[in-house]
Amino acid sequence: MSTFLGLPSLRSRGAHQSDGPDAPGALAPAIAGDEVPHPDEPLRWGDTFPEAARKALGNTQLRRNLAHATSTIRAKRAAVVGEVPDWEALRTAGSDIKVDVMARLPELLEELERNVTARGGTVHWARDAAEANRIVADLVKATGETEVVKVKSMATQEIGLNEALAEEGIAAFETDLAELIVQLADDMPSHILVPAIHRNRSEIREIFLNRMESTPEGMTDAPRELAMAARAHLRRKFLSAKVAISGANFAVADTGTLAVVESEGNGRMCLTLPETLITVMGIEKLVPTFTDLEVFMQLLPRSSTGERMNPYTSLWTGVTPGDGPQDFHLVLLDNGRTKALSDDVGRAALKCIRCSACLNVCPVYERVGGHAYGSVYPGPIGAILTPQLTGSTGHSDPNSTLPFASTLCGACYEVCPVKIDIPSLLVHLRARTVEEDKAKHRPTAWGAAMKAASYVMSDADRFAKAEKGTAVLRLMGGKKGRISSLPYPGSLWTGARDLPVPPKETFRQWWARTHPEGDGGGAGREERSTTPSPDPRRGDEQRPASAATPLPAETSSTAQSPGPTDAAGNEDA
Amino acid sequence: MVDSSQIPAPTSRITVRIALAATCIADAMFPQAPQATVTLLERLGHEVVFPPEQTCCGQMHVNTGYYADALPVIKNHVETFAPVLDAEWDAVVVPSGSCTGSIRHQQAMVCRRAGQDALAATADAVAAKTYELSELLVDVLGVTDVGAHFPHRVTYHPTCHSLRMLHVGDKPLQLLRAVDGIDLVELPEAESCCGFGGTFSIKNSETSTAMLSDKMTHVKSTGAEVLTAGDYSCLMHIGGGLTRTRAGVRTMHLAEILASTRAEPTRPPAAAGTAPVEVSTR
Repeated sequence: MSTFLGLPSLRSRGAHQSDGPDAPGALAPAIAGDEVPHPDEPLRWGDTFPEAARKALGNTQLRRNLAHATSTIRAKRAAVVGEVPDWEALRTAGSDIKVDVMARLPELLEELERNVTARGGTVHWARDAAEANRIVADLVKATGETEVVKVKSMATQEIGLNEALAEEGIAAFETDLAELIVQLADDMPSHILVPAIHRNRSEIREIFLNRMESTPEGMTDAPRELAMAARAHLRRKFLSAKVAISGANFAVADTGTLAVVESEGNGRMCLTLPETLITVMGIEKLVPTFTDLEVFMQLLPRSSTGERMNPYTSLWTGVTPGDGPQDFHLVLLDNGRTKALSDDVGRAALKCIRCSACLNVCPVYERVGGHAYGSVYPGPIGAILTPQLTGSTGHSDPNSTLPFASTLCGACYEVCPVKIDIPSLLVHLRARTVEEDKAKHRPTAWGAAMKAASYVMSDADRFAKAEKGTAVLRLMGGKKGRISSLPYPGSLWTGARDLPVPPKETFRQWWARTHPEGDGGGAGREERSTTPSPDPRRGDEQRPASAATPLPAETSSTAQSPGPTDAAGNEDA
Repeated sequence: MVDSSQIPAPTSRITVRIALAATCIADAMFPQAPQATVTLLERLGHEVVFPPEQTCCGQMHVNTGYYADALPVIKNHVETFAPVLDAEWDAVVVPSGSCTGSIRHQQAMVCRRAGQDALAATADAVAAKTYELSELLVDVLGVTDVGAHFPHRVTYHPTCHSLRMLHVGDKPLQLLRAVDGIDLVELPEAESCCGFGGTFSIKNSETSTAMLSDKMTHVKSTGAEVLTAGDYSCLMHIGGGLTRTRAGVRTMHLAEILASTRAEPTRPPAAAGTAPVEVSTR
């Protein structure tokens, strides 16, 4: 192939001049080389999470870029969310609308189809990536064009559309600045909103110099100069393109309106200038009515870019004669979504509006970056979405490691604008993995250990015996009082952390020694009467057994419907 | 959250009967935390009992996805503490944010998914009377000044589950600020996870270590002698890194600091290389 996705191959002008055989059309390296090679499956790149994370953790430049970028976005988001007095009510509204959509998805999708068709658009249904790619390729071919411009879109990343089009001889040009950087570098995105977040500006300069047409020779890494170079490059594409491909942030069922929310205006160029517009959209992107958009237009910009209002919001409904594209196609993509919908807990992941707030606050994402998740959907949302879209094929499937790629710290749930309880979904998906192992009789070391621990920990006598068994650790700790080296798998802990030796006396031994009658309450009560008390009355006080203090007063009716506590602590319970 | 209408005024000196859920990890590895909890609550004039049938809340099994193996552990916990529903005790206290979180948000769910609706209802009812230590002190017992004395430089790490599952807010800090003689310093990036995450620290040990490293950097930047938190699992993780790197910072549970008085001080354990602190209890 003489070009990559139709990009003219350019000789390197950067510091990293290729000294390899300069085969005709061979690409000069974009940069020193931290690109992730294009995977065969956009939702399953190859490495398990721990393997990919290990590589990422060793990349000091990546760590610095990510720490800087995520902390900047985090602070911006926190500031603009903090100024909205009804933020929690907005989150609840956003969540409720999406829950309603999931409950009525078939009828709402048909309503959308009717309204798009009535206004001059054509609706296509795609069960999976291959079907969607086939539909889009055929639509482009029917126009006779061999080049298309693209609006940033997760759905087309998910199906690997650019690669599929390239195989059909169609060149797709990404026009979002960050997607352009990723595409030029022959890299993969590492963030939902900021796909080149793993790059800093000097790396971007190098990529532009090596890979982009007509980049000014003396271009520095000043953001303005970089943006102007990209702008000049993209303008040429906008003015010549006859076909555009987009995703969609929202589709309104009751009007047939599509919405794209973006910051640069490049999306709007694509949505208005070409003659043909093809939109690929996941079926969960629906909202029932036009007024529902008001909730999401407040939630999305503040959560994603930390802006009060979105800069470029493009809405279009079918075809408008004499204005904008005269041929509009909407491809509705399933690709695993109905499978996710069938899981009563897992379906909450389909509420996602791709704001990426969960990535920016995630302490794991901040350390390892997006590529470690091995999917175009990285971060906490990726960890619950990717394995549901693909399903898991067992232990060898890298996606089975994704639900474990979290400490369950809960920062993601706290910022999610549609209140997806990501930690609970992660635990749920872990449980599904365990259940699948059991159902398929796949024994695991973890399974055996957990079974043994369950036996020990479900009975106090067995537990107390096991505690005595830990005395061996005291020997290992020796005089240091801590253990610094254990054989595998204990080495996974002691590689970086000491383990304290168990105490000479466990708590229950201490309790039994200091409360010799040992039946729980009795001994404690007697001893307690000898304890000095700040209240002189209490030593003499004999409490009738029935006169329990009125706190925390719980009635049996509360016991049956434990709403109040639950509602406060875990709204989505 | 606790319904404030159910909370007595702080002035009402009633003796509250409190069942202690010591937690498996503290029972076996860090008895100083439940011991200090007993010392503290008794000093405040309350009765503490230790139901000996207890073992574990089941959190490790649940969070690793082993619901079926968690069920007997949860059943044992719920049955052990069910007498709180018959006014045998007034409340259950847990010196751990994550165990309280699991009791409150996971136990009933696991029972329900196993089709054990009756056990789930009991679990929910027991959970409604179960409090993390700072919740019990501030919300239920209505006390922030527990009469403690601890003349050391201390920084506080708010553990993720206490912060985001229980929403304890600044209750532990209210308690610490009232401690006589304490030099309480703010921990930078305090709300960022330490990287423990239970089995995460094994399954993703390298990422866990990267997070731990940043947490330790922030801890050391405070110049504190003691790092405190409401959960010994997180403290085991951070403390394991601090002793490994000879950082000269000790880890102590919040209860140990609150249990310390001028007459019976809790001495901070040596930073590395000595046996765990012996807490004076009674």
